[in-house]
This record gives sequence, structure tokens and C-alpha cells, in this order.
Amino acid sequence: MIQFLVHEKTDTVGVATEDIKAGQVAKGLFMDTQDPIEIKTLRDIPLGHKIALKDFAVDDIVIKYGHDIGKVVADIKAGDHVHTHNLKTKRW
Amino acid sequence: MNIPKILGYRRESGKVGIRNYTIILPLDDLSNAACEAVANNIKGTMALPHPYGRLQFGEDLELFFRTLIGTGTNPNVAAVVVIGIEPEWTNRVVEGIAQSGKPVKGFSIERDGDINTIAKASRQAMEYVQWSSEIQKTECSMDELYVSTKCGESDTTSGLASNPTVGNVFDKLNEMGATTCFGETSEIMGAELVCKERAATPEVGEAFMRTFNAYNDVILQNKTDDLSGSQPTKGNIRGGLTTIEEKAFGNLQKIGKKSSYVGVLKPAEAPTGPGMWFMDTSSAAAEAVTLWAASGAVVHLFPTGQGNIIGNPILPVIKLSANPLTCRTMSEHIDLDVSPILKGELTLDEAGDQLIDMIIRTCNGRLTAAEALGHREFVLTKLYISA
Repeated sequence: MIQFLVHEKTDTVGVATEDIKAGQVAKGLFMDTQDPIEIKTLRDIPLGHKIALKDFAVDDIVIKYGHDIGKVVADIKAGDHVHTHNLKTKRW
Repeated sequence: MNIPKILGYRRESGKVGIRNYTIILPLDDLSNAACEAVANNIKGTMALPHPYGRLQFGEDLELFFRTLIGTGTNPNVAAVVVIGIEPEWTNRVVEGIAQSGKPVKGFSIERDGDINTIAKASRQAMEYVQWSSEIQKTECSMDELYVSTKCGESDTTSGLASNPTVGNVFDKLNEMGATTCFGETSEIMGAELVCKERAATPEVGEAFMRTFNAYNDVILQNKTDDLSGSQPTKGNIRGGLTTIEEKAFGNLQKIGKKSSYVGVLKPAEAPTGPGMWFMDTSSAAAEAVTLWAASGAVVHLFPTGQGNIIGNPILPVIKLSANPLTCRTMSEHIDLDVSPILKGELTLDEAGDQLIDMIIRTCNGRLTAAEALGHREFVLTKLYISA
């Protein structure tokens, strides 16, 4: 049983497929290669929300679906919840 | 590669349909009543009432004719009776449909009244439906299908699993040499440059950008507040989507990873050959699916998250969802449950094979959920007010 999925091997975030509690070692799966991945969560990650797979600094970009989905606006640690408090569109 | 066989109706034009409708098509709002009376008189026929067809002009009128003529021309339709208030525009639709080679006849109400028109049109409809009821399906090849896609009531399960499942099927259909089409111009906002790069040639990419920019201009002219407040929506954000780019890439999963699109179509315009196409459409489900039906699509793939229930009178809509709650609480609307992907129990490739199998079963006669439930949303796209 997995708790998150990662679309592509190059992605830097995964997506929770169930509510994940902080402090767990969450099990994930890369959807393109079927490779497993594990990461220790730092915060609760609700179903459908993103989990950081690496550390990010401000102005880094986040990759999901193999594409740039926006810029980091507050430092993110691997296992953090990635959402509107630390990731913004580049568009407006 | 091994291309699956399907059962279909080969029409006069050589194109393959998977349904065999005799439709009673109103030219205009005024003729809906007569069409519905004919469809009530003659069992096995279907009226397609709609609210337009009077005092339209310019590009809006062209789209209107393209939609009606395209609907009658669709290979899922065997024969057409057209009824309009006056003969001139009625004949324009009849002549347009007749170019496909299929049986079509028009009737106009002025100088004759509803009752005489209904009587004449009913006799013609009866002749058509008895003729079409004897047409047999024959073995056809899956690459002869024209398949369209759009998603609706999307949530995070759409981007995660149901949209990529359609993408996997689009890759497989395109490899077979089938005709496929995507659209939803508004939903591509945020991924438009990546979408441009997926064009087969720079010229096609530029044509896509022209269409996209024309849409964007309309939004900028009519917007009532900063779009950053409405895209992604509050519901999207609650569900975990953060940026408009992320939302757009989730939508674009439906076009797969391997194929480039070979051309850009106006709303309701028919593709001129096989391959993947982009059509300029609204993202409103019933409007967009009506445009694809008018462009000749014979199967539509519709991934949904929260459970959009749309159907179309002549285009079977196959619904899939990866949201376990939707699949449980709205099971009668869902043709394929791909939620095991979320548990890691089903790969995208396996889910794609299941959806291919569902397409084959639908071609071979299985009624989709939307067909069994009587969803026949026929919604014309209107570009601006009538004169």
C-alpha cells in the first residue's frame, strides 16, 4: 500500500493518495518507472496535496508532471508540505 | 502492432460510426415542437431541440451552420430529417449534410403549418428509420475511429490518474493511426507554451498560439477581477492544487506523452486526416462535447474527479474516475473505475488497456452510463448576441 505517487522520475514533489501524518516514513511510487521511494514527512500532508522530495531554497522551481509548475517563495525541506505558503505561480 | 477490431457502421463517406441514429434536427428554436412531434410519432428516431438559429450573423452564424451540418454528418447518424421555419436556411443544412452522401430531407413550416409539416416529415422519418434499422454492423479496425476527450469536475485524482489514463490511450490510439482530438482552450492557460511545443510543426504551434491568444483577449476584456483570485479555484486549492501551471499540466495529461498534434481546428471543424488535433472549444462540458460530435467524433473519453454526469445525443461519452468516493456514491455514472492506480495496485499502462477494452465494448454495443441514463445534452456554442 502506498501513500503518495510521483508522476515522473524528474519530479521534485509527490502527491499524497491518502492523508499522511507528520513524522511518518511515507511509501511512494514513481508512476513512469514503477520504482518505489520513501520519505520521512515533516508535516501532515492531506490527500491530494504535495510533498517535497528534496530541499528547496527561495526562487528554486518545483517540477511536477516533468514541468516547471512555479517558484519557491519560502524555504522547503524534504518531507514538507508544498502549497500556497511556499510555492507561487510565475504568472501573476 | 496489433490493431483491435471493432464493430461499426461504415457510412457512405467511408467513415466509421458506432451508433445508428435517425435524427430529427430543428433548424431553429421555432421548429423544436414539430421535431419533437415527429420523434414521438416515429419510434426509434430522436429529436435534437436547441434554442438558436434565428437572426445570427457573421462568424457566429458560420459556427451555427457548421455545428448543425456536422451533427447530421456524424458517422453515428444514419439519416436526418431537418425541419426549419423557412426553406432557405433549412436547405443550406440539408445540402451540407447531403455532401456526406447520407439520406437527408428538409421540411419548412411557413405556408404549411406545424400539422402538415409533422405529417410529411413523419412519413419521411419512418422511411429512414425502417431503412436504417436493417443496416448491419461490420468488422472495422480501431484506427478508423475518431476519438475526442475532455475532462470535467476535475480534482486531484484527475491529474493523478484518470487524465493520464486517457493520455495512455491517446498514445496507443495515435500509434495505431486513429484520429484523436483535445481542446478546452481556457484550461490550457498556464501550460500554453508547453502545448505549443507539442505541435507537429512550428506553423501548427503558431496557429495554436493565435487561438489561445484570441481566447486570452476575450478574458482580459471581460474579466471582473484579477484572475489570480479565480485560477486555480478555491476548491482546487483546497484539494491541493497550488498554481495555474500545475492545474493546466494536470489537464494536459490527457494528450499523452508521445504524440504531436497535426493541426488546429475551429470549433466544430472536422479533422482532415488521422493523427491528434487541437480544437478551439469552451471548457463547459456539454458545449465542448457537442462541438466534438459536430466535428465527427464517434467516441468521447471523459475523465472526472467529483463526478460530471454529461452525455450527448449522438456521441457516446465514456466516463472514468479515479476518485473512490465518486466511484462509490455515483457508480451509475462511471463506466471505468481507475481508482486502484491511487493505491499503486494498477499501472497507467494497465488502466489504459482497460479503457481501450471499454472503447471496444462501447463500439460493439455496450451502452455507456450516460446513454443508459438518457443524458442527451445538445448545447450549441454561441459566440455573441443575435441581431
